[in-house]
Amino acid sequence: MSYHNPFTPPRKSATFDDYTLAEIRRAAATGIYDIRGAGTKRKVPHFDDLLFLGASISRYPLEGYREKCDTTVTLGTRFAKKPITLRTPITIAGMSFGALSGNAKEALGRGATLAGTSTTTGDGGMTDEERGHSQTLVYQYLPSRYGMNPKDLRRADAIEVVVGQGAKPGGGGMLLGQKISDRVANMRNLPKGIDQRSACRHPDWTGPDDLEIKILELREITDWEKPIYIKVGGARPYYDTALAVKAGADVVVLDGMQGGTAATQDVFIENVGMPTLACIRPAVQALQDLGMHRKVQLIVSGGIRSGADVAKALALGADAVAIGTAALVAIGDNDPKWESEYQALGTTAGAYDDWHEGKDPAGITTQDPELAKRLDPVAAGRRLANYLKVMTLEAQTIARACGKNHLHNLEPEDLCALTLEAAAMAQIPLAGTGWYPGKGGF
Amino acid sequence: MRVFDLATTPLRELNSALHTVAPGANDTSFEVVNPRGSHSVAVGIDKPVTVEVKGSVGYYCAGMNDGGTITVHGSAGPGVAENMMSGTVVIEGDASQYAGATGRGGLLVIKGNAASRCGISMKGIDIVVHGSIGHMSAFMGQSGHLVVLGDAGDALGDSLYEAKLFVRGTVKSLGADCVQKEMKPKHLKLLAELLEKAGATDVKPEEFKRYGSARKLYNFNIDNADAY
Repeated sequence: MSYHNPFTPPRKSATFDDYTLAEIRRAAATGIYDIRGAGTKRKVPHFDDLLFLGASISRYPLEGYREKCDTTVTLGTRFAKKPITLRTPITIAGMSFGALSGNAKEALGRGATLAGTSTTTGDGGMTDEERGHSQTLVYQYLPSRYGMNPKDLRRADAIEVVVGQGAKPGGGGMLLGQKISDRVANMRNLPKGIDQRSACRHPDWTGPDDLEIKILELREITDWEKPIYIKVGGARPYYDTALAVKAGADVVVLDGMQGGTAATQDVFIENVGMPTLACIRPAVQALQDLGMHRKVQLIVSGGIRSGADVAKALALGADAVAIGTAALVAIGDNDPKWESEYQALGTTAGAYDDWHEGKDPAGITTQDPELAKRLDPVAAGRRLANYLKVMTLEAQTIARACGKNHLHNLEPEDLCALTLEAAAMAQIPLAGTGWYPGKGGF
Repeated sequence: MRVFDLATTPLRELNSALHTVAPGANDTSFEVVNPRGSHSVAVGIDKPVTVEVKGSVGYYCAGMNDGGTITVHGSAGPGVAENMMSGTVVIEGDASQYAGATGRGGLLVIKGNAASRCGISMKGIDIVVHGSIGHMSAFMGQSGHLVVLGDAGDALGDSLYEAKLFVRGTVKSLGADCVQKEMKPKHLKLLAELLEKAGATDVKPEEFKRYGSARKLYNFNIDNADAY
């Protein structure tokens, strides 16, 4: 009589999963860490984990399409002589000419202008095309100061002092040599073809006391006309927001870890910073503690995809949101129509993130003139405008269902949480209860 | 000449007056008295005006200057002439950190010493320091010239791009990718011109050494990781 052990299937480690093993082999073979674009790909608690309650007997809804639900937002009311007013609270986040093609930047400007919102420059300065096609343009003031000059400061509608971004709080940037064309090199005062490092700290100030003086300088240079934003990555949102207010910001931009980057180490993107959902309430709390909520406006970014996300961010206390990755998708990034070319690059539509290599089949994250030609800035701008309008309509639909005649009237009470994690991070009661972790009692 | 007494006049009035000088105006001379360490004195100038500051200033004096001639008869706080585009800024005393940071053009002359990070991220500016400079000066300097008649502190020219550095005294240490380079006739000529413009007539170009980028860190290479 023979005995056979019952078959047990091969078991792979949850810790050493296939992706991890492949990454170890890749690192061993190449001797370099993985650099990529976009934001975190790991699953983190997000707006999907919140739901709106809607109206019922205790509160009544507004009629869809008939009763007004205002979407305008005014930014820079604290100190600026010329605050900016947008028709929708969905703005376009900073992305550089250099990381993006000229056509892509033009498309973002066109789409934002059609939808009545602002777009933002990036690390590399302002181009004439971008200024010309953007009705409201926010000019980023970055540690590298690439392309920074007083003429462009004065022709901007607002100034955004970038301290950090959600994909890499505490990190600088790197535009790799393959994307440094003559024009990009010239705008950045550097030789063509070399890697361009963007510093992680500003060269002429450190800390909030210096920042206050730096903001005074920017205001004096621009005769106190422009709203001044301070952008921070989602790291210590309560203190960063409070310190930004103390330093004299008109607007705080808070970017969670789902926010994208043009090129950063994967280990940085995936392991530094907090999810957007966890950032909003501490920031709002800081504004409220200082009596500055709605006086200093809060723009939240990082993983905003739909009108529902917009409505949830606003209900948690934001005044506006910014989109980057979603805007790129709207103009054509990762479109399946280029699938064969994505496969030739060893990836697939929806996963392409080697934005730093400049080979983007969609012609967006490239400086290759032939690839860039693939993007028609007029048609792409139209797509972005459509998308922004859909998101705005979606947010209005939800707000009306909650009985709100302005998106800013949405409030935490309109929400419930699906998971304990989301309940804790957003300080929103778990659905069916009046409790969230940290609140005490049940 | 218009005189602004910062003991009694708000800073805003000074900078506003500097920004509203009409093109071709006759009266383009300004004097600032009692600056008392004020920040952002004479920032954002975009016309060929002259400003004489009678005393010491705080942060960012002459910030983003584009065409003005500003003389500080005293010392300057951090970030003097930051991001200068063109024109001339002269500091009769000492300058604090980040003097000439990210400057794109023009001439910054510091008659005394400059503290750390002088010429950080410089992008075309010429800086002449009659005294010595502190550590990490010309960090990530992209283009332009930094001339030092005295000594330089630690890590001079760290991560340097194409800025050219000339030091007459000792250099405590060189930063990553910064090396001493041969002084060729064209450099001696250039240096002579810079020294003359900066009023440094008692020194000779031959007394200086030249430093620049080894260009080994221009494209990332894992084998250079120890240098970062």
